[in-house]
Amino acid sequence: MAAPVTNEWKWFSALALGVSLLKCLLINAYHSTDFEVHRNWLALTHSLPLSKWYFEDTSEWTLDYPPFFAWFEFGLSHLAACFDSEMLAVQNLNYASPATVLFQRLSVIVTDVVFIYAVKECCRGVWDEKRKDLLEQPSFILATLLLWNFGLLIVDHIHFQYNGLLFGILLLSIARHFQGRHLEGAFLFSILLNLKHIYLYITPAYGIFLLRCFCFTCSNADRSVQWRSFSVLRFTVLGLIVLSTFALSFGPFIALGQLPQVFSRLFPFKRGLCHAYWAPNIWALYNVADKALTVLGVKLKLLDITKIPKASMTGGLVQESQHSVLPSVTPLATLICTLLSILPALVHMWFRPNGARGFLRCLVMCALGSFIFGWHVHEKAILMAILPYSLLAVEQKEDAGIFFILTTTGHYSLFPLLFTAQELPVKILLMLSFTVFSFTSLKQLFRKGGRLLSTSEAVYLLGLVPLGLVCECVYPLTTWQKSFPFIPLLVTSVYCALGVIYAFIRLYILLFTFTDCGTEAKMKSQ
Amino acid sequence: MNDNDLNYWGLDYPPLTAYHSLLCAHVAKLIDPTWVELYASRGHESPSHKLFMRATVFIADLVIYIPAVLLYCFYLRDGSAKRRVAVALCILLYPGLILIDYGHFQYNSVSLGLALWAVVGLGLGQDLLGSVAFSLALNYKQMELYHSLPFFCYLLGKCVKQGLTGRGLFLLLKLSVTVLLTFALCWLPFLSDPGQVLQVLCRVFPVGRGLFEDKVANTWCSLNVLIKIRTILPSQIQLLCSFVLTLLAALPSSVKLLAKPTLWQLKLALVNSSLAFFLFSYHVHEKSILLPALPVCLLINDLPLMSIWFLLVSNFSMLPLFMKDGLLMPYVVTTLGFLFFSVYLLSALERTTVAELRLESYQRLTHACLPTLNLCSVVKWKFFLSLVGMAALSLASMLLDPPAALPDLFPVLISVFSFLHFLGLFVYFNLVQLTEPSGRKNQKKAN
Repeated sequence: MAAPVTNEWKWFSALALGVSLLKCLLINAYHSTDFEVHRNWLALTHSLPLSKWYFEDTSEWTLDYPPFFAWFEFGLSHLAACFDSEMLAVQNLNYASPATVLFQRLSVIVTDVVFIYAVKECCRGVWDEKRKDLLEQPSFILATLLLWNFGLLIVDHIHFQYNGLLFGILLLSIARHFQGRHLEGAFLFSILLNLKHIYLYITPAYGIFLLRCFCFTCSNADRSVQWRSFSVLRFTVLGLIVLSTFALSFGPFIALGQLPQVFSRLFPFKRGLCHAYWAPNIWALYNVADKALTVLGVKLKLLDITKIPKASMTGGLVQESQHSVLPSVTPLATLICTLLSILPALVHMWFRPNGARGFLRCLVMCALGSFIFGWHVHEKAILMAILPYSLLAVEQKEDAGIFFILTTTGHYSLFPLLFTAQELPVKILLMLSFTVFSFTSLKQLFRKGGRLLSTSEAVYLLGLVPLGLVCECVYPLTTWQKSFPFIPLLVTSVYCALGVIYAFIRLYILLFTFTDCGTEAKMKSQ
Repeated sequence: MNDNDLNYWGLDYPPLTAYHSLLCAHVAKLIDPTWVELYASRGHESPSHKLFMRATVFIADLVIYIPAVLLYCFYLRDGSAKRRVAVALCILLYPGLILIDYGHFQYNSVSLGLALWAVVGLGLGQDLLGSVAFSLALNYKQMELYHSLPFFCYLLGKCVKQGLTGRGLFLLLKLSVTVLLTFALCWLPFLSDPGQVLQVLCRVFPVGRGLFEDKVANTWCSLNVLIKIRTILPSQIQLLCSFVLTLLAALPSSVKLLAKPTLWQLKLALVNSSLAFFLFSYHVHEKSILLPALPVCLLINDLPLMSIWFLLVSNFSMLPLFMKDGLLMPYVVTTLGFLFFSVYLLSALERTTVAELRLESYQRLTHACLPTLNLCSVVKWKFFLSLVGMAALSLASMLLDPPAALPDLFPVLISVFSFLHFLGLFVYFNLVQLTEPSGRKNQKKAN
C-alpha cells in the first residue's frame, strides 16, 4: 500500500477499538468460578504477607500460579481498593458486587493492551507490499484472526481469565525472535513462565531453538550444526537472563524455605486424567473406548459388573479415576507420551533449522502435542496452539487449511464452557462470524493455490453444525438430559478430538515434506 | 376484550401490533403456558422468558428491518461495494434504535423497517408495493403518521406530474384503492362493529394526556422552562396551537416535494416532516426522535457529517431514559462505537467542502458581513464542541448528583441542549431541501 506510514495502521486501531468496545458489552455476562479464583487471589495477596501466600486455603481456590502472577494480582489489588475494598477480604467468599465485576472485567480489558501491542508487532512481520487491497493484506487478516479470536474472547471476557496478557507476552516474544532480537524474546518467555507455568509445554521448543540458532552462531551449507561456532558469551548471557528472572520470582520463597509447598501448589497431580469438561485430546478417546469396551464386556459376560469401579470421570476436579478394561494411565505415562510426540519435531529443528518460522512451527507442535497427550489438560489450552499458529496460517496455503480445521474444532470444543441460555446467542453468533471470516479471508488470500479444504474435511467441519444443534437445542429438551447429562460433552469432545489429532498428524506430514527454500530468502530479509 | 383491565398497560397501538403480539403469544404458549396467563403472568420476568421476548425483537429485526437496510444500501448506485457495506454497517450501528428496541424493549424496527421498505419500493418505482408497505407500517404504530405527509405528497406529486387527466388519475385511483384495501384487511375483525372502531381510535390517539410528558427535547418542553405554558393556556388552545404550528412547520418541505417528487426530495422531506412533528406536535415521547432518525440514516452517505451529528444528538437526547433503564454501559459503548466507526468508514471529517456540506445558502448569508469566514471549519469546530458538550453532560448525569433545589437539572439540560441542536438541524435540512435547484442532476435512481 502506498499510503503514508501513519495512515497504514488506522485500520488496526479501528479493529482494536471495535473489539474493546465489544468486550465492554460482555461485562455483565456470565462468569465462571475463575472469577472467584482471581478475586480470592486479589484478597490474599493484598491482605496477607508473602510468607502466607502459598499456604492460605480459606477458599478452595488456592494460589496455583507462579509468583509473578501473584505479584500482578498484588498490584491490581491496590487499584481494586478504589472500586470496592470488600472484595479484598479473604473471608468474603464468592463476593461479586457490581463494582467488583466492573473492576475485574476492566482489568482484563485494560491488560489486553499488551496483547494488542504484540499483535501489531506480529503484523509488521507479515506485511506484504504487493497486496494493494486491505482486505487481502495478510497483516489485516492476521490482526483480525488474533484480535477478534473467538476462543480468546469467550475464555477471557466471559468465562474470565487473563489469557490476553499472557498470550500477548508470548506473541511478543515470538515477534522478537522474528525480528532477530533473541535475548529479548528469551527474557519475555522467562517472565511468561513465571506468570503461568502451563507454558512449560513449549519450553523444549524455546530451549532447542535458542541453543541451536542463537548459541551456535553459524551453520554449514547443508544447515547442520557447526560445533566450533558455539558462542560461550551468548550462552552465558542467555543463562544469566533466565536464571535471574527465576531467581527474582522464586527467590523470596527459597529464602523462606517454602519451595516444596509452592511446587505442590503449582503441580497438583492429584487431579484426574481429564478435566471436568473433557478436553478433546487422546485421553478423551481412550476414556470412551474404555467405557465402550466395558459396556461390551458386561453385555458379553466377559467382565464381572461388581468388579468395575463406579467411575465418574466427567465430574469434579479432584478425582483420580481408574480405567476398567484398558490399562490405567499415570501422569508419568502421559509425560512419556508427550515427549515422544514432540521429539521428532525437536530433532527436526535441530538438524534442519529454519530460522524463526521453523521455531514457530516447532512451538505449535509442542503445544499441540502436549495438549493431545498431557495430564489434566484444560480445553482452553488449545489456544496455545491456535494463536501462534495464526502467524503461519496467513503465509502458506497448507498451513491455512490445517489452521482452519484446528481452529474450528478447537473453538467448538470451548462451547461447553458457556452453558447458560443467555450466552447461547452470543457464542453462536461470534463463532459463526469468526469461522466465516477466517474461511473466506484465507480462501481469498490463497485463491491462486487451489482449494483450501478437501471434501472430507469440509464434510467433517460441516458436521459440527448438526452436532451443535443437537447438543445445544435438541438434547436439553429430551428426557435423557436428566439421566445422562454428560453425553453432549462426551460427544463434543470425541468429535473435536478427531479434528485436533488429524491436524496434528497433518502438521507432522507438512513438517517433513516441507521444501523450505522460499522462506530462507524471506527470513534473511527480516 | 371485556375482562381486560385497561389501566395495566392497555393496548394502545393499532391492530397489526396486536396481531404480532398474538403470534408471539402462540409461540410462547408452546414453550411455557404460564408466560401468557391473563392476570397471573403480570410482572413475570424469568430468565428464559426474557430471552424469549428479546429473541422476538431480534427475529422481527432480522425479518423486516435488516433486509430493508441491506436492500437500500445495495441499491445505492454510487460508491464501490465496500462503500455500500460501510453505509449499511453505519445505519445498522445507530445506537438509538438498538438501545430502545433491545434495551428499553420495543418493536420499533418493525414499523421503521416497513417504512423503509416503503421508501425502497418507491425508489424502485414500485409505487403500489411502497404504499402497501407504508400502510402496514401505519397500522403497526400510529406514530408513523409523522412520515405520512411526505409519502402522501410524493405520490400525489407523482400523479400530478403524470397528468391528472390521464395516467396520473389512473395511478391515483390505484393507490387509493390499495391503501383502503390494506387498511380494511388490517381492521377486518373490528369493522363488524362501529363502536369497536371508535374504541380502537380512542386508545390509539389519547388526546387526554397532555402537551408533553417527562422531559422531551421539543419546543413545548423547552419553552416550558421559561414560561409555564402548560399551566397558562387551556388544553384546547394547547392542542390547537401545536396542531397549527406543526402543519406550518411541515408545510414548506411538503409543498416542495409536491412540486418535485424525486427520491432525494422524499428522503429530505421525511426528515423535515418528522422533525417538524417532533418539535411541535402534541404529547411527543422522547422515543419519537427515532422517526426523524431513520430518514437521516438514509442521508448518511450524502451528508455524512451532519447526519452523524444529528444521530449522535438524537441518541444523547434519550439519555435520561437509558439511565432509568440501567443501560449506561451499552449507551457508552454503542455511542462511542457508532461515532468512531461512522466517522472513520465514511470519512466524515474529510468530506467537508462547502459544496459537500451543502452550505451554499449559509455562505450567501454570511458572505455579506464576513466574507473571509471559513464556514467549513466553523462547522467542524461546532461539531467538536457539541461532542464535548454531550460527553460532559453525559458524565455529569452519570456521576454527579443534582442539587436539591433542582432535582431535574440534568434531564432539563439534556433536553434543552438537544432541542437547540434539533432546531438548528431542522433549519439546515429545510434549507438543503428547499434550495435545491429544479434541474438538479440526481445521483440516485430518480423517478
